[in-house]
Amino acid sequence: MRKLLTLKELSKKEILLSSGHRLCSGCGAPTVVKMVLLASDYPVIASNATGCLEVSSCISDYTAWKIPWIHNAFENAAATISGVETMYRSLKKQGKIDKEIKFIAFGGDGGTYDIGLQSLSGAMERGHDMLYICYDNEAYMNTGIQRSSATPYGADTTTRPAGSVIPGKTEQRKNLTRIMAAHNIPYVAQASPSHWMDLMKKVQKAWEIKGPKFMNIISPCNRGWRSRTDDAILLSRLAVETCHWPLYEIENGVTRITFKPKEKKPIVDFLKPQGRFKHLFSFENEWILKKLQEDIDREWKRLQKESSSEKEGGSSPS
Amino acid sequence: MAKIVAITGNEAVAHALRQVDPDVCAAYPITPQTDMMQRFSSFVSDGLVKTELILVESEHSAMSSCVGASAAGGRVITATSSQGLALMWEILFIASGTRLPIIMPVVNRALSAPLNIHGDHSDAMGARDTGWIQLWSENAQEAYDNTIQAFRIAEHMDIRLPVMICLDGFIISHSIERMEYLEDEEVRNFVGEFKQLNPLLDLGHPVSYGPLILPDYYMEYRKAQDEVASKVSSVVLEVAEDFEKLSGRKYGLFETYRLEDAEIGLVIVNSAAGTSKDVVDEFRDRGIKAGLLKPRLYRPFPYKETGEALKHLKAVCVLDRADAFGGSFGPVYLDIATSLYQYKKKPILINKIYGLGGRDYLPEHAELVLNELAEIAKTGTVKSYKEYISVRE
Amino acid sequence: MKLKGWKELTPGAVITEAGNAVQFKTGSWRSFKPVWIEENCIQCLFCWLYCPDMAIKVRDGKRAEFDYDYCKGCGICALECPGRKGNKAIIMVEEGK
Repeated sequence: MRKLLTLKELSKKEILLSSGHRLCSGCGAPTVVKMVLLASDYPVIASNATGCLEVSSCISDYTAWKIPWIHNAFENAAATISGVETMYRSLKKQGKIDKEIKFIAFGGDGGTYDIGLQSLSGAMERGHDMLYICYDNEAYMNTGIQRSSATPYGADTTTRPAGSVIPGKTEQRKNLTRIMAAHNIPYVAQASPSHWMDLMKKVQKAWEIKGPKFMNIISPCNRGWRSRTDDAILLSRLAVETCHWPLYEIENGVTRITFKPKEKKPIVDFLKPQGRFKHLFSFENEWILKKLQEDIDREWKRLQKESSSEKEGGSSPS
Repeated sequence: MAKIVAITGNEAVAHALRQVDPDVCAAYPITPQTDMMQRFSSFVSDGLVKTELILVESEHSAMSSCVGASAAGGRVITATSSQGLALMWEILFIASGTRLPIIMPVVNRALSAPLNIHGDHSDAMGARDTGWIQLWSENAQEAYDNTIQAFRIAEHMDIRLPVMICLDGFIISHSIERMEYLEDEEVRNFVGEFKQLNPLLDLGHPVSYGPLILPDYYMEYRKAQDEVASKVSSVVLEVAEDFEKLSGRKYGLFETYRLEDAEIGLVIVNSAAGTSKDVVDEFRDRGIKAGLLKPRLYRPFPYKETGEALKHLKAVCVLDRADAFGGSFGPVYLDIATSLYQYKKKPILINKIYGLGGRDYLPEHAELVLNELAEIAKTGTVKSYKEYISVRE
Repeated sequence: MKLKGWKELTPGAVITEAGNAVQFKTGSWRSFKPVWIEENCIQCLFCWLYCPDMAIKVRDGKRAEFDYDYCKGCGICALECPGRKGNKAIIMVEEGK
């Protein structure tokens, strides 16, 4: 069922998220959704955790969704779609539905790493045939840039602002992708919209695997990251090239790095264009830059060791 | 043909659910509900129902997955008690606001703290304003009958609201009583095929559930929901009428017991109503005109009909198995007071809080209350409008 | 637009018209406007792929015009445009200039 991905062919498909959504100019989330839906050749039904994507795509009498879609609350996108999927199985068993339908949940990092973690863990453990997509913009952006457990060390947020005494966030971000892998589900992957083909191949692969799947996709937010409206793709690319956001997948317990930068860029290349890290470029916070680099190096080393394949280059960037 | 059995309340409701045979059931253990879902799960394991189970990791996810499953387009159930219902809180409003006909037996139990696993009404009374329809049940038979009728009420095209069926924890859920089952076929015919409304699984008509509604429309949606509530009573009566034809058992919005010519009366929900009726009989034997009203449809509350039924009495005591903290009266008292407020001539109304956390409610308690009411009716003087009974100083 | 009364609403606030957000034009949010310079376009379609607002049309696999009804002017298309020989096929110009 997996098709060769060319933009020329893809551009002939209908995009199942319409114009007229009210996400901020230059937001990464709609591009993530667009790529996920473009990569899906099956009919898809989605649930959506409360958050930027949800409030902006379905307001009052307008929906940007051309697929069946449900928003329930903040912390329960996984439980909600698990209910939809179970009803589908029930009606299919009874012969009331015959179509092959795929089920997906979208949640931001707040709704996934934090408040929705239990619901997600439960749904994954129960083995529902579903794909959970976390679009990770590294803070609670919808409520105004509060720190989440996905926020990087040192980042300036509105609940842990960089002040004269506290230099922004002083805790490490949670490695949710590994937590999901520890559920021993058949497929876990990390992706970035900058590496669109890698992302879409992972979605395609996920749809061919029965059972629970999880994908963590970085999704830049220019409001929260204090950057430009035109740099969502650029920053997600830098996140990959600095190994802040390594691209890999874990299929049936086997880890594979799907893109290995030819030359791993220093983390400052990712941090520098973002206002949320501005304060780190001062003498007294130099140690944070050093720490961030060390953390990334250590995790990248660990990941390479874990990965069965370390092909140079991997799939090409965009 | 009806089958007579000796059975617990939990077992009776589990059988009602088996006979309805819903499409999806979310289950999570909590005392004293646990053995209801255990029994239902064994029906699934033995292939007696077509139901798909979702064995969730919390009640929050139970209700969340019920919302998803119901919106998908099928018949959905779950069951809970106490803390479980409290954990569902947020999603109860979403289920009703989204107008999803989910059915949920609630085996009433006290709320923490202090932790207590026994029966009182704090859980469901706390959820009385969540937009759910509530049917309260005195015994296993009523819990069984209410469960079956709940599907028809919830799924009625004019209603489409979720329904809680309340029964007392342990007192009813775990005590064995005589009860009559309907035949499986009769129940299936009575509830009929599930009728979908905007199902998510209809790929030909993609719908969006759960939009953000701004101040320009939020009140209109609330008004629409309030209007639906006003239609519930008539649907409950219509369903009860059909049910009577099938079972011979009559149900209304509430039950009145020797109330027509009564001068003093008790208002009491669920199992303690049975005990109270016996005491009412004793008072009648002594020539005292006592009566009783037992609410059944508690939400939406039939204010008008209840007020009409009680307005002629001289003194009424509302017995609440839950308190509404905040220096106020018990929840049922507040509703009865509201239903009587508009009448110029109305009974004196007092409130007793009883049976919290499984404390026994005995005939002597009803006797004390009726004696007090007789005194009030005679003298018109009230010592205390609200009091805890059977509590140590 | 005349607002609907409560009797006209779908039960449970369900929206039954899929993708009707197209009736909500977001083009007025724009302060910079992308301009396509066709001769520099190599038809890579990255602009189409990366546009968060689905505001770039493609016809028969060929890049067509911008849909200014929805383009919010973020400039991702211009930044990601590889252009031809160092010359961008999309440039951003200030609205009203």
